[in-house]
Amino acid sequence: MKKMKLVVVGNGMAGMRTVEELLKIAPDLYEITVFGDEPHPNYNRIMLSPVLAGEQTIDDIILNTREWYAEHNITLHTGKRIVKIDRTRRIAYAEDGTEAEYDRMLLATGSTPFMLPIPGKELDGVIGFRDIKDVDTMIETARTHKHAVVIGGGLLGLEAANGLKIQGMDVTVVHIGSWLLERQLDKTAGKMLQKSLEAKGLSFLLEKHTEQILGENGRVTGVRFKDGSEIAADLVVMAVGIRPNYALAESAGIHCNRGIVVNDTMQTYDPRIYSVGECVAHRGISYGLVAPLFEMAKVCATHLANFGIGLYKGSVTSTKLKVTGIDLFSAGDFSGTEGSEEIVLHDAVGGVYKKLVIKDDKIIGSVLYGDTTDGSWYFQLLRDGKPIHEIRDHLMFGQDSLGNTGHQGQDKASSMTDEMEVCGCNGVCKGTIVKAIKSQGLFTIDEVKKQTKAGSSCGSCTGLVEQILASTLGGGYAPPSTSKAVCGCTDFNHEEVRDEIRKHKYLSIPDAMKGMGWRTPNGCATCRPALNYYLISTWPHEAKDDPQSRFINERVHANIQKDGTYSVVPRMYGGVTTPDQLRKIADVADKYAVPMVKVTGGQRIDLLGVKKEDLLDMWKDLDMPSGYAYGKSIRTVKTCVGSEFCRFGTQNSTQLGIDIEKAFDHMWAPHKVKFAVSGCPRNCAESGIKDVGVIGVDSGWEIYVGGNGGIKTEVAQFLCKVKTAEEVIEYSGAFIQIYREEARYLDRTVHWIERVGLDYVKKRILEDAEGRKAAYERLMFALQGATDPWAERANQRETHKEFDTITV
Amino acid sequence: MSTWTKIAPLTDIPKLGSRVVRTAKGDIGVFRTEDDRVFALNNSCPHKGGPLSQGIVYGDKVACPLHSWKISLIDGKAEEPDVGETACFAVKVEDGMVFLDIPS
Repeated sequence: MKKMKLVVVGNGMAGMRTVEELLKIAPDLYEITVFGDEPHPNYNRIMLSPVLAGEQTIDDIILNTREWYAEHNITLHTGKRIVKIDRTRRIAYAEDGTEAEYDRMLLATGSTPFMLPIPGKELDGVIGFRDIKDVDTMIETARTHKHAVVIGGGLLGLEAANGLKIQGMDVTVVHIGSWLLERQLDKTAGKMLQKSLEAKGLSFLLEKHTEQILGENGRVTGVRFKDGSEIAADLVVMAVGIRPNYALAESAGIHCNRGIVVNDTMQTYDPRIYSVGECVAHRGISYGLVAPLFEMAKVCATHLANFGIGLYKGSVTSTKLKVTGIDLFSAGDFSGTEGSEEIVLHDAVGGVYKKLVIKDDKIIGSVLYGDTTDGSWYFQLLRDGKPIHEIRDHLMFGQDSLGNTGHQGQDKASSMTDEMEVCGCNGVCKGTIVKAIKSQGLFTIDEVKKQTKAGSSCGSCTGLVEQILASTLGGGYAPPSTSKAVCGCTDFNHEEVRDEIRKHKYLSIPDAMKGMGWRTPNGCATCRPALNYYLISTWPHEAKDDPQSRFINERVHANIQKDGTYSVVPRMYGGVTTPDQLRKIADVADKYAVPMVKVTGGQRIDLLGVKKEDLLDMWKDLDMPSGYAYGKSIRTVKTCVGSEFCRFGTQNSTQLGIDIEKAFDHMWAPHKVKFAVSGCPRNCAESGIKDVGVIGVDSGWEIYVGGNGGIKTEVAQFLCKVKTAEEVIEYSGAFIQIYREEARYLDRTVHWIERVGLDYVKKRILEDAEGRKAAYERLMFALQGATDPWAERANQRETHKEFDTITV
Repeated sequence: MSTWTKIAPLTDIPKLGSRVVRTAKGDIGVFRTEDDRVFALNNSCPHKGGPLSQGIVYGDKVACPLHSWKISLIDGKAEEPDVGETACFAVKVEDGMVFLDIPS
């Protein structure tokens, strides 16, 4: 079949990002031709400021080399501007007469700096700050001239001014507003910024209206203002805003309104023509930052690939100033509206200012100056619209104040040296990450994880990696919304997948994938385990459990070790054992020459280093049930001695632990689930760091939920107090069942509660008695008839051949 | 010289799964895809020697059970950006029986 032809007009970041996304999902669909009016291949425009400041070179910021275009069979025309589109015959014409036919077209014509319509704007030495050519002009002028004037005290203007200063010029910034960055900062932060920039040697003229640019022999010599004053200038940089380039589209008869008008699929009024980037007017808004462009690119690519999924619904943007030594961040509505409240921290001497604007229990805006470590965290809270009352007290002190054991003392990316280790699992240091971000043009956490492995194992350093990404990219970085697609095989997020499974009653993975339009024939190692869990938890006894979609540990009911052997942990209900059990374990350990026997943290015994082909025989000899020490499932119920023996015990915690472990035995969950029961507030069973922790008091039992002793230590939160052991089982069962039904796969209870809020959990468990009983009943129904997986396999060897090795 | 050795009936290898074949030269993982193609790889991930046969099989790849490197069943190469490859062996199915070419 002949390939369709795709012509891309505009060889910038938005257009090429769309092409990259397209190649990822439909590499062979199109014959692609790209036109760019600049002589360069695609480069990282947001890094022009560091180039001007001499911190990077042009080569450093090339995103796609000419070889890349050739490798992907893309015809690249640089230095050729498209001047006409014939939509009837579907041909694009370049200035030099080059023609290209198209079946689909992508307009990514970007924007141009707005030049003030004043006398003298056409003089030599009056430029914008947009492309490599402008940067070359600035660096060239700085070599031979002294005085630079930057008109516009916005982000771009300040970055240009900073760069010119570093290049050795005397720089004056002329700004019409009464403080700098008035669209990003409030007055306090704006004034602090001005002070720091003045310390770097920049001069400012605020509330000045430029009237005319003066010149001699066609070259700029000065600037005159409305109040009659004048200053000398050898170079004038206009940075007062950008204007979308839509003249080409308009001349082709495509509907434009201060930008090329597109719908939520990035399609223009001509269904064959799509548009992305700064040239677009989406829902009346044009974006001048890179993060929204990438979101558009992703959506547009899925439609170009004929998948017909994904909608772009607009972006909330945040900004950072890329001036070395100045930390500044702002997002959302930072000046506040009616009914909004503010939390402000201001240390004038220390140079730190933080403001959060809150409305209806949500962050709607934020300005940070001097310490922007938590910028992306606040931005994420803002974008996700998360209620904040539970963390309000700590909010201003940052994410770390919420607890982050294991990264204390090294949690500020900016203060780290290049040699310092970021990812302890994979041994990745800061310099490696920064280098990868710059040289490979990475923009998202996922890309950094993939390329450097940092944060790809336990994930505890993800926050730190994110900070490094944010500080390296500046305005180019937008933190991902937490509601993201399950994996690259689908655009559905976890919640949507669950809804679909419920709504359409999918009972098998192939049916679910087919129904939801999975892109891959049988998913990947990320989505299949998730789907399998969602199916069996939504439709217990009906959905088909697929062992091939389970991780090896759950497939063979043992825990794989680094050398490919397995560990075997039999269940000891409540951590109570007998001499008879211990004798059996000792005999088995001898018989199979188990290299290590270890007591676990969950009060049982681990037999390590077992060969896979010995598992079945060993289980048969042990004749003890599986402890599920390998699964996203109920693990142990840790107990203390309790009132039976302990002189302090107020309740029989051991018996309740045994009862709970028996009641919830064999339960699969989104992640592992750990319980503990202590017999008195001395809490010897460590109930405070368990998914469900129970503490006996004289008058009954206290139930705590959402604790975690893992990567990030989280103290469990008080849920309620009940009188009887039966109530403990019902309340905790209902809690776990709602978690099983609503949490995302691989979320521990703490992550789930963090997202929905403890109030929500209380509402479901405490305020809705019928709902609680029903949830508990659903859990009991799901566990009905569950059998021990070890006995089942040991007794039916014929149907479990996977345990046997074929020897030749 | 090729030495085709009879391994097992195809039905003894689960779809999207694998079996381990122990040979004098070491363990070989024999994999079966959804559409009944069969592949054989040295049962050792190029990363840290994880037993590939124990991984999740999808498309024509397997994800190593230890650190999730994605290895192609077709050529034994690790998916980018990881770099490395493991040996492949010839394998065929005749009359529902799987044969493996074990080099002597």
